[in-house]
Amino acid sequence: MKKHIANWGNYPVVESNEESFSFPDQLRRLMDEQTSFIPRGNGRCYGDASLAKRTISTLKYNKILSFDEAKGIFACQSGLTLDQILEVIVPKGWFLPVTPGTKFITVGGAVASDVHGKNHHIDGSFSNHILEMDVTLSSREILTCSPVMNPDLFEATCGGMGLTGIITRVSFQLKKMETSFIRQKQIKAANLEELIGLFETHQYYTYSVAWIDCLKKGAHFGRSILLLGEHALLTDLSEKQKQDPLRLPRKKQINFPFNLPAWVLNAFTVKAFNYLFYTKNFKKEINRVISYEPFFYPLDAILHWNRGYGKNGFVQYQFVLPLEAKQGLVEILNRISDKGLGSFLAVLKVFGKQESIISFPKEGYTLALDFPIRPGLLAFLDELDLVVLRYGGRLYMSKDARMKPEVLETGYPDLGKFKDIVRKYNPDGRIHSLQSDRLFLTSN
Amino acid sequence: MATVLILGATSDIGVAIAKKFAAQKFDIQLAARRQEQLEPLRSDIIIRYGVSCSVHAFDALKYSEHAAFFNALSPCPDVTVCVFGMLDEEDLAFNDWQLTERMINTNYTGAVSILNLVAQNYIAKQKGTIIGISSVAGDRGRASKLIYGSSKAAFTTYLSGLRNKCFKEKVQVMTVKPGFVYTKMTENQPLPGSLTSTPEEVAGIIYKAYQKKKNVLYVKWFWRYIMLIINSIPEFQFKKMTL
Repeated sequence: MKKHIANWGNYPVVESNEESFSFPDQLRRLMDEQTSFIPRGNGRCYGDASLAKRTISTLKYNKILSFDEAKGIFACQSGLTLDQILEVIVPKGWFLPVTPGTKFITVGGAVASDVHGKNHHIDGSFSNHILEMDVTLSSREILTCSPVMNPDLFEATCGGMGLTGIITRVSFQLKKMETSFIRQKQIKAANLEELIGLFETHQYYTYSVAWIDCLKKGAHFGRSILLLGEHALLTDLSEKQKQDPLRLPRKKQINFPFNLPAWVLNAFTVKAFNYLFYTKNFKKEINRVISYEPFFYPLDAILHWNRGYGKNGFVQYQFVLPLEAKQGLVEILNRISDKGLGSFLAVLKVFGKQESIISFPKEGYTLALDFPIRPGLLAFLDELDLVVLRYGGRLYMSKDARMKPEVLETGYPDLGKFKDIVRKYNPDGRIHSLQSDRLFLTSN
Repeated sequence: MATVLILGATSDIGVAIAKKFAAQKFDIQLAARRQEQLEPLRSDIIIRYGVSCSVHAFDALKYSEHAAFFNALSPCPDVTVCVFGMLDEEDLAFNDWQLTERMINTNYTGAVSILNLVAQNYIAKQKGTIIGISSVAGDRGRASKLIYGSSKAAFTTYLSGLRNKCFKEKVQVMTVKPGFVYTKMTENQPLPGSLTSTPEEVAGIIYKAYQKKKNVLYVKWFWRYIMLIINSIPEFQFKKMTL
């Protein structure tokens, strides 16, 4: 049925015919029609990656196929969401090997975006933990792939934004944990220089991420809070926590019931928010043992938090710069601060090394910022793109709704190889999205 | 532990009901025409809920096989939920007898064939629950649901008679009449969001009503009043309306 759909940024909104399947033969029938389509999961990428005139939803293809509790090997259909996986694996002492900042994404989406988490510098991205997966190609043939089986298909499917085919089954390795709690260390950094030093001193922490107030200038430029975490051991827990060391957090969610008017977010309110966020920590360093939920998924507690940006939506801008390009970080933060276009969230994290052709992560600093859609924003982001490229960086396709094809091409040196593999497995170009059209990924 | 049989377990509502009862620690028997389609749901239920779950081939239209199917179930289910049904484009069915016949036989004849057997067994044991998923479409005949609606009307009437017959025999019969539900059956229809439920909501409401031993259940509750209004329109007026 035709309806209006958008991804998490509520920008752009398009009319699309969305159909779903529960069984392989239903998928075959959907793919039988000669129209083009793009696979779609839970719509939590931000831009136009899973949008098209026709989308095939995997949300009903969501069954758990096997779970080896001794070895931590989990296999499921691609429409299963991470929150449902956690409910099954956490009580058995296992955790997701890699998780992004929301648990409301499908496994298929995790592969197609090759998501990263706070542990990228130690554990890499999601694709590093996949044992094998099935991809249904546009010819409707189902191919199993892994780093050793059909490796080209595997390489181009991880981070390939769904363009090689529909990911239908994924088997991956979970991470063993003694408790479901996190030993969290929170450190205040007065400025960017100090923050980068702190990242270096604490590089052996499994999980790390920083929240930056990007509106501060002068001596406090880059004022931030660094969050570090380790899976807590039994001995770290309080007596009360020890009673149920693998407990699932209680479901407590607040809904954001409507779109805020766009004027609510302005330089003043964002400054106030950031001020409160920073100063609510009186101490320089706070150590606590907390549930995994607030550590990994602080924003999942507010359903539809994206409505806070108003009905025009927003763009999340995420880029990575090589480690030696710290100056680029300063330049970009300065430009944002000068422009006053504001952002609730500015999240900084360090990526470790990664070998892949189309996945976003590569060694360096990655910064993610939200920008509500305003006049002049898109032109400003085009300027930022040039700065990112000048310092040898690139942008994350899962967040993107507006970059120009040459920005992608410069940022991803293996793009030609990726396009060749997509053409090999999707020769008629029937699988394409608004994003792949815009970025010339699938035009023959 | 008690066991639930789901007839038509590949439908979206069937899947949701199976999961709801499994979450309440019932063992589950899944039955559908194509048994191999049930395997993923079986593994899912076992892994998520730690209950036992088996799969069985069942074709509503193969009446002669129904007795063998039911007798082979071990253990004999304590609760039987009849979810299967067929909805095709009414304009197509009107001009195609085979399609019309299949719709009637799936929604009514097949259901009666298997539920008679289940009821006989439960009456003999003086114990058991039968839950039949009918539809609000069976409450009044409309052009847009000509064959589907009349076959569901027959099914509703059957369930009501069965409840009457079974009452003294300590067998519970519940009629469920869902209104609009987001399922594959309705994926291509525009549905009003405020009146439409998800399969999971339907399953949750059915489970509660099962515990309370309800007789006739509208899902959601306001459909009872919507149908009351629709049923109170005089026929001379109703026949002129496009519904």
